[in-house]
Amino acid sequence: MAGKNKAGGQSAAGMLGSNLKEIGTTFASGDWKTKLSYLIMGFGPLMRGQIVKGLLFLGAQIAFIAYMIGFGGKYLSKITTLGTVATQKIGRKTVYGDNSFLILLFGILTIIIIGFFILVWRMNLRENLVEETLLKQGKKLPTNKKFLASLLDENFDKTLLALPCLGIFVFTVLPIIFMICVAFTNYDANHQSPTNLFTWVGLENFKNLFSFGTTGFGSTFITVLIWTLVWAFFATFIDYFLGLAVAMLINKKGIKFKKLWRTILVLTIAVPQFVSLLYIMKMFGNDGIVNGYLMKWGWISSPIPFWTNPTLARVMIIVINIWVGIPYLMLIATGLLMNIPEDLYESARIDGANPVQMFFKITLPYMLFVTGPFLLTQFTGNLNNFNVIYLLTQGRPQSMKLTGNAGYTDLLVTWLYKMTVTDTNYKMAAVIGIMVFIVTAVVSLIVYNTLPSVKDEEGFQ
Amino acid sequence: MKEKNYASMSRKRAIGNFFAYLLLILISIVWLFPFFGLIMQSFRSYSSEYGGMVDYIIPKRFSLDNYRFLFSGETNFLKWYGNTVLIAIVVAILQTVIVLCVSYALSRMRFRGRELLMRFWLILGMFPGFLTMICMYFLLKQFGLTQAGAVPGLILVYIASCGMGYYVCKGYFDTIPKALDEAARIDGATRAQIFVQMIIPLSKPIVIYTALVAFMAPWCDYIFASYVAFGHDKSYNVAVAMTRWVWTNDYQGYFTRFCAGGILVAIPVTILFMCLQKYYVEGVTGGAVKG
Repeated sequence: MAGKNKAGGQSAAGMLGSNLKEIGTTFASGDWKTKLSYLIMGFGPLMRGQIVKGLLFLGAQIAFIAYMIGFGGKYLSKITTLGTVATQKIGRKTVYGDNSFLILLFGILTIIIIGFFILVWRMNLRENLVEETLLKQGKKLPTNKKFLASLLDENFDKTLLALPCLGIFVFTVLPIIFMICVAFTNYDANHQSPTNLFTWVGLENFKNLFSFGTTGFGSTFITVLIWTLVWAFFATFIDYFLGLAVAMLINKKGIKFKKLWRTILVLTIAVPQFVSLLYIMKMFGNDGIVNGYLMKWGWISSPIPFWTNPTLARVMIIVINIWVGIPYLMLIATGLLMNIPEDLYESARIDGANPVQMFFKITLPYMLFVTGPFLLTQFTGNLNNFNVIYLLTQGRPQSMKLTGNAGYTDLLVTWLYKMTVTDTNYKMAAVIGIMVFIVTAVVSLIVYNTLPSVKDEEGFQ
Repeated sequence: MKEKNYASMSRKRAIGNFFAYLLLILISIVWLFPFFGLIMQSFRSYSSEYGGMVDYIIPKRFSLDNYRFLFSGETNFLKWYGNTVLIAIVVAILQTVIVLCVSYALSRMRFRGRELLMRFWLILGMFPGFLTMICMYFLLKQFGLTQAGAVPGLILVYIASCGMGYYVCKGYFDTIPKALDEAARIDGATRAQIFVQMIIPLSKPIVIYTALVAFMAPWCDYIFASYVAFGHDKSYNVAVAMTRWVWTNDYQGYFTRFCAGGILVAIPVTILFMCLQKYYVEGVTGGAVKG
């Protein structure tokens, strides 16, 4: 079992080579049952009395053939024509009434299923090889009962992971591949299948994203991207340091009712965000109570445009996010601060260090080291922080200067959401989605490689 | 000399504490103010005062008008509330089961492709969630799980991919000594028995944490809920339904009704959270350290 872990380290090409070699040698040295298994999957195991395994392989083959003939084949054949004969679209529509959406989706599904089938076919060969070697050595094959029982023991991982993996495949992997493909098509409001087919357009949408003309998305994309990064930076680090400060304040010696202060802050986490944030949004509205009181007291003569001035709206979002974020950080920091050995502070005090020095020399380095990976996840989480932005401003204030209905407080993800739901501009939504992925991946990669605390995972066990 | 030093130190500490208390009180006011406002507005009388935005906090007349409205059946408020509770409970149970299964497999078993699977899921997680929305909507529609069937549809959406959120739970499992497993295996226990009879009882805090987080998420979900249930009033959850009140109908008196509804939503969730706070803290702290 231990050796199997190392297999991941081999290069892909080497693995393919050794696999092909094994397929060849299995065929050459195998008996007729094994050889027939190349055509009829599970034949060998069935003949050798491994009924359950044999039936599973055979069933997989029958299901695959039925799927390809009855369903997958017709979509797969059209996925290529979708790419090459874009101009014949109009003629094809009247004749066949194709649905590009279905062709693309099921085409992808079929390709993946073919891949899976090859994998299963390979497993079928390996099974034959293993059985033959066992028989040659004069050993008995495991009984069917034993095989089924192994699903709760040695093969328990397969039982546990089967359903979650299926769910992730259908509702995450397949849709993501689909949307990546959509980024290379012209699927938008004017090309809604089945009435209007869409087709492959190559890199057209990406060119559009980086074109800086009046209709191009270039300048808007840059604006939104910069704001996304600025927001994520401030939202992560301001919250982090203020949360740390509040935690230390509550932890301070001689402060009573520690639990009360924490509970007051934690209320923010407990109350569903859509209630608290929508209320706060209204509080700062033009007719909200903040402006109301300020005007009543005569401090201002006209309402402060909290949500309509781009800069002010951005500042407000960051400030309100402090209200949202501090409690989380406070909770985390409280736990971690208690882990710092007290004698570190003791010896520092004897050496004459003041509290400020102790903070910068002991507390902060320790916290940064321990929470490095957490800061990274916080940062990427904030890049995609939909709720705070959308509930507060919905990306507004909008401007004629920005294309694609973007507003000045839109993050890439809220912009993506708007494009999907209100504009049905799916192709650009897909492109933006890919951009979000690239930004997240790049940031993660850079930060992760510079972290001091990238630990050996097995080290915890 | 020494005593004098002591006295000055304690005076210094007293002053320091005074400012600390001042700051804490200030923080508390800022943090509690929105909730105070929310509660006050929810009691503003609908019949005698304007139900939209006003420039004062304390209502001129306290009444239960807004709460009465919610229960009167003029809107589907009770239906929305029921939907949300149902979704939250089912998701909490199923998600916990799935996350526990995945975490156990990844923490305790060493199988081919384990590292590959974990890396693959990590990369998948970098795609924004609602990139998949259009496709997901279509898939759900094929099974009749949109609009009228949005409630089971949403449950499916929430639990389908939750296996990828195994980090905190696996991190916890990793801290349970493997020697325990080995001892049990020598005694003839199967992997399944170890999982159900040993690991799960040992992981009570993380089970509660997982269930709590899963339970709370559907209360706030606006994105998928609004998309899947689009235009079908009866299958909205509270977030989708009441967000409309604030965004479009607030001037018609729906603002105070939103506040009342918000209070009704917040109370059970808050109480539950406060009771299980201990486990929540353990979960987030553990998750933060292990990344």
